[in-house]
Amino acid sequence: MTTGLSAGLGLKPRHYEEAFAAPADGLWFEVHPENYMVDGGPRLAWLETIRSRHPLSLHGVGMSLAAAAEPDPDHLRRLAGLVDRVLPALVSEHLAWSSWRGAYRPDLLPFPRTREALQRVVDNVDRVQRALRRQIAIENPSHYLRIDGHEFDEIAFLTELARRSGCRLLLDVNNVFVSARNLGFAPEAYIDAFPAHLIAEVHLAGHSPDPALGKALLIDSHDAPVAPAVWSLYERLIARAGPRPTLIERDDNLPSFAALQLERRRAVAVLRAPGREAA
Amino acid sequence: MTPTGTPSPSPLAAFQDAFAAALAVPEGAGGGGLPGHPDLAGLVAQPGFAVYRNTVMKGCVDALQANYPSIAGLVGEAWFRAAAVVHARAHPPLRPTLLDYGAGFAEFLAAFEPARELPYLPDVARLDRCWTEAHVARDEVPVAAAMLARLEPADLARTVLRPHASARWAWFDDQPIRSIWQRSREVAQGEAVAGDVNADLRWCGEGVLIVRPEAAVRWVPLQRADCAFLDVCAAGGTLAAAAGAALAVDAQADLSALIARLLDAGAFGQLELSTDQFQEPP
Repeated sequence: MTTGLSAGLGLKPRHYEEAFAAPADGLWFEVHPENYMVDGGPRLAWLETIRSRHPLSLHGVGMSLAAAAEPDPDHLRRLAGLVDRVLPALVSEHLAWSSWRGAYRPDLLPFPRTREALQRVVDNVDRVQRALRRQIAIENPSHYLRIDGHEFDEIAFLTELARRSGCRLLLDVNNVFVSARNLGFAPEAYIDAFPAHLIAEVHLAGHSPDPALGKALLIDSHDAPVAPAVWSLYERLIARAGPRPTLIERDDNLPSFAALQLERRRAVAVLRAPGREAA
Repeated sequence: MTPTGTPSPSPLAAFQDAFAAALAVPEGAGGGGLPGHPDLAGLVAQPGFAVYRNTVMKGCVDALQANYPSIAGLVGEAWFRAAAVVHARAHPPLRPTLLDYGAGFAEFLAAFEPARELPYLPDVARLDRCWTEAHVARDEVPVAAAMLARLEPADLARTVLRPHASARWAWFDDQPIRSIWQRSREVAQGEAVAGDVNADLRWCGEGVLIVRPEAAVRWVPLQRADCAFLDVCAAGGTLAAAAGAALAVDAQADLSALIARLLDAGAFGQLELSTDQFQEPP
């Protein structure tokens, strides 16, 4: 692992003081840069304060890389400004679209993985990496729909994207589990086939059953602890790929900072298991 | 390169046009009418489509509720979220920075038929918006009273005090908007207990300054003369001109107390001497 990062936590305003005070110990924090694209004020001040003690990761949700359009230049400029300001250890985005023809939809929307889409995402990742003057990592999203017209499976698409744009990948193990359940594939096969040498970061999060349909449809809700089945997939991944910076994501139904630290320590234990070394 | 005047969008663009249009159709509104993309009927028919539709709408409504806590407190969460859905359909977010979402919510409420019996709502929403703007404004060290005290008396009249980058103020002629807003905001932030918002309200005009001189947003009650004074400062007028405007709306205004009150609140970010006016003869 080249970054020296162990397991990290999503940073929430309610936990700023405890996050700052937490022992460094390989701990790092991830935020959505969209929440810090402001001119000033306490949020930005807290982010810089925490950055003075812990490495940061900027995990974007709004670049809309898979839209059939260039990234919004203003959004890209603001991201570059934040990157220059906090010098994050990692920068990442999603294989999805959200902004389209002047409106933003707060979700990570799917698309047919065609050659046209691949070229578009390659071009957009290239634009972002040039503007930031650094490599970014692209995350596999959760899937809820069977879409006709895919010309690539997701791993082939991501691998080709990395080869052509020079980006790396963020493997969200919970998204693999959720997508596998919803679309009916084996999550172990996906985890085993994912190109280990391209993984810059791993995400772990909780999911929940759809309120109406129950376990037939899992939602990537980030409102619960990481599920046992997702921990098993994670252990399987790390045993094969070696340690990678790993984030515990939690956005809703937020527990205490101490409870998140406990989950994080479980990831640290997996990363430190005997015989593990960087791939 | 995209040729100019392309008549038809690419397959990816056509998919996104159709998907975006389908997201905008409320659930149960019928499957027909999805523009120009027959494949999409098969997606909308799957249970998973509702996950996207619900997530998008929840994201908009949550963001609006976070940005307008006083309104949510006044009308109740159910009413607020129902109104927020109507608002989101008409005014979806333009950017992924949702901290900034809902800039026009006050105008929306002013034209929103179900809100007609609550005529104070739009102005209360304006103050929530002022709070948001103050919260994210650029940092600036406020002008200290001592800086003004050090000026030569002859320079005072041509001094220009620029409002602080975070300063927002408003005067409301007819309704105690500041009191209504403050009570609801304090309850929303857990700083006060909920009660009858009308209790002890005096139905008269009120003003307020919302400003973030340091880390935290604060607010102070203003007189009508204070607001007139700040309006002139914002336009780059001198202290002499600002004082004139304050006295024009309230001939009894105590100017030194007014300036001290505003300085103490951290209302100013820059102190300059105007070279345009009041030039001393050589």
